[in-house]
Amino acid sequence: MSVIYLLISISIVVAISFFIAFVKAVKSGQYDDDYTPSVRMLFDDELTKNQSKNDNSN
Amino acid sequence: METKHCFHCGLDVIKKDEIIFDGKSFCCNGCKTVYEIFSLNGLTDYYAFESNPGATPLDINGRYDFLDNGDIVKRLLEFEEAGTAIASLYIPHIHCSSCIWILENLNRLNVNIRNSQVNFHEKKVRIVYNPDDISLKQIVELLCKIGYEPYISLENYEATKKKVDRDLIYKLGVAFFCFGNVMLLSFPEYFEVEEYWLDNYRGFFRWLIFALSLPSFFYAASGYYISAWKSLRSRMLNIDVPIALGLVVMFIRSTVDIVFDLGQGFFDSLTGLVFFMLLGKLFQQKTYNFLSFERDFKSYFPIAVTKILPGGAEVSVPVYDIVQGDRLLIRNQELIPVDGILISKNTAIDYSFVTGEEALIEKQSGDKLFAGGRQMKEVIEMEVLSSVSQSYLTQLWSNDVFTKKDAKNYKTLTDTISRYFTPILLLIAIVSFSVWVFIDVTTAFNVFTAVLIVACPCALALSAPFTLGNVLRIMGNRKLYLKNATVIEQMAKIDTIVFDKTGTITTNKKSEIYFEGEEPDHKQSAFIKSLLRASNHPLSRRLYDYLPQTNLLPVEDFREITGQGIEGVINGFFIRIGSAAFVGDDTEVSSQTLVYISINRNCIGRYVFTNSYRNGLSALFHQLKGKYSLKVLSGDNEGEREALSNLLPVNTQLIFNQKPEQKLQFIENLQKQGHNVMMIGDGLNDAGALAQSNVGVAISENVNVFSPACDGILDASQFTKISYFMKLSKNTIKTIKMSFTLSLLYNVVGLSFAVTGKLLPLTAAIIMPLSTITIISFVTIMSNYYAKRH
Repeated sequence: MSVIYLLISISIVVAISFFIAFVKAVKSGQYDDDYTPSVRMLFDDELTKNQSKNDNSN
Repeated sequence: METKHCFHCGLDVIKKDEIIFDGKSFCCNGCKTVYEIFSLNGLTDYYAFESNPGATPLDINGRYDFLDNGDIVKRLLEFEEAGTAIASLYIPHIHCSSCIWILENLNRLNVNIRNSQVNFHEKKVRIVYNPDDISLKQIVELLCKIGYEPYISLENYEATKKKVDRDLIYKLGVAFFCFGNVMLLSFPEYFEVEEYWLDNYRGFFRWLIFALSLPSFFYAASGYYISAWKSLRSRMLNIDVPIALGLVVMFIRSTVDIVFDLGQGFFDSLTGLVFFMLLGKLFQQKTYNFLSFERDFKSYFPIAVTKILPGGAEVSVPVYDIVQGDRLLIRNQELIPVDGILISKNTAIDYSFVTGEEALIEKQSGDKLFAGGRQMKEVIEMEVLSSVSQSYLTQLWSNDVFTKKDAKNYKTLTDTISRYFTPILLLIAIVSFSVWVFIDVTTAFNVFTAVLIVACPCALALSAPFTLGNVLRIMGNRKLYLKNATVIEQMAKIDTIVFDKTGTITTNKKSEIYFEGEEPDHKQSAFIKSLLRASNHPLSRRLYDYLPQTNLLPVEDFREITGQGIEGVINGFFIRIGSAAFVGDDTEVSSQTLVYISINRNCIGRYVFTNSYRNGLSALFHQLKGKYSLKVLSGDNEGEREALSNLLPVNTQLIFNQKPEQKLQFIENLQKQGHNVMMIGDGLNDAGALAQSNVGVAISENVNVFSPACDGILDASQFTKISYFMKLSKNTIKTIKMSFTLSLLYNVVGLSFAVTGKLLPLTAAIIMPLSTITIISFVTIMSNYYAKRH
């Protein structure tokens, strides 16, 4: 048994797992709204900044 | 004078009404209350993201009582099961990151809301809650309280749960997966070096490639077979026929090749082709989530109405459940959902929604009321004459055009070309086969399949989607939002443009106002302005904006008599502003909108509002006049004929007094004479004409508010650019034609290989991506060039 079978099988398996991840991402609706998440991810930062500002003033 | 802005909503704060709370100034109690709610719950970060993000909460007294009705609530919910309910609400006010933040933190305002998620583009918030702890009505009221009033209309009642169509993305994923892997695996064969291990494992590589191409061929490309089959059945040869033929032949030939060990087959080209073509499809599919092109009256109509039972009790019932003979209660500012007879003494109805004319119509007891009017006076009672679907306004929608539209088959440029392309292709294949069959039978079969493979019109099929998709985006950036790519092709064919008058070539924003009579002095105009401030009537607002900035004075005894005018005492002067009858002047018939002013019961004169035309209107018409036949349709009387004919080119046809159906018929008649008509309108009264025309474009001052069903929505600020868009659409077609020529050249080159029997898989693998890439870059560069040139 040549090592080529093993290597190619592994590469195909890796590719398939990426493909499954993609399908899962689409299915969960990640591609439906491409704007709101980009705003949402900034919120937590803003909050902590405000809180630390308050802490400083106290 | 320095004006302060409300900390919550950003409106100007009037000194007298200023409310100082927590060191911030607010314009009204409503705004202050919202701030109070947020600060009590530690949500003042709301104001940190964006300054003055809020909206003044409106009074909701009883407006959402219909949410007590379980049936209606059930229809509004997206999902409901014991302990969990999900509601998706459309909130027009969503406009900034503060909005997202506050709406996603609703659970901090009310613990019973489990979580909420905003879709910014669709302006929707999806709320998950437990119906045992909190009702939908409470949630809606909470939203109203913080200034985020959801918009619930009859459309929501009927809406079948929309299924998100992600088919194309899955197919694209599969196609890319197959394409990438097949390409990698076919690489060794391209070099065809006689190496030991290559010879040894050739079979393994080939069968692996074969297996990998199966999902691409059977699943990802399935749309092409279906479309080709459909077009064959309707005896039309669309572009999918040669594509499907090419794909099938490619697959069979390649399979035969590897089964009999004749060669490596064309699987790399096959999967690449499928991937690129799907990519083109995706690119063409530019959708504007926040716009809807399919609206009918349902998105304007209320979902429920108050019915008076024989005993006198009032209940909310769904609009569809209303039958003839029911008694309804219509509050101020509510829309009349059905035709009926007025029972109360009198009322005034605003039909601007249906007719486009902005004038109140007085009705007496016993008069007929038509659906679609807005009730402008105190509560009235009416008796129903016909159900919703049989009312006057809604019958417009039973006209054929609204159902026909979907079935209307437009033949695209690509389809027209493929009508000739496919027979010629088959002819070449057959001729070269019959020539080769006398020389060598095996080569004859090879040549036959090679012709079909290489001629598979990949580049041809891609030119239109990429050009149109690109232009669709360019137009979208310049604020003309089109429903789909086909509209551009149709625009290029237009020869007649019909404009609606009110709201389309005129603007309501900037009416010219002038005074007739004794011009009020500085003091008097300060009185008028102060009095106007308290009124929300559209004319009051316009006059208020028109009058010069002054110090506002306190008003005593303010009264607003709906449908007539406003009155109040300022500095001891009794001021009345309103209709002629209200002020005490003689009523005079006029085609213009008039507002009379009286001070201490002495009429000093009147303000005249003339409809003002959009800036650059005349220039636009003169630009268009040589190329298109221009017409103006209006629901109004002939009052402005003279003014318009002075402004517009001489051969512009002006037609007045047109009812919605007449507008529709007018367009239909033009089409019967063989014209391709573009209708540019705004209101619901143009809806029929917009649907009937080849291209219906709705003009909108604010694209986020509602516009009737149409093919495109144009931002009103871009009105003067119409001629630019028309030119761009023509140049787009030119670009497509040029790229067709280019891709046909590639086909000729490919065919010359194929016909002579020299097509190697490697040649095909080079020609295919090369032609695709050149075509895509060519059309992108050309369409951007045309877009910039003007």
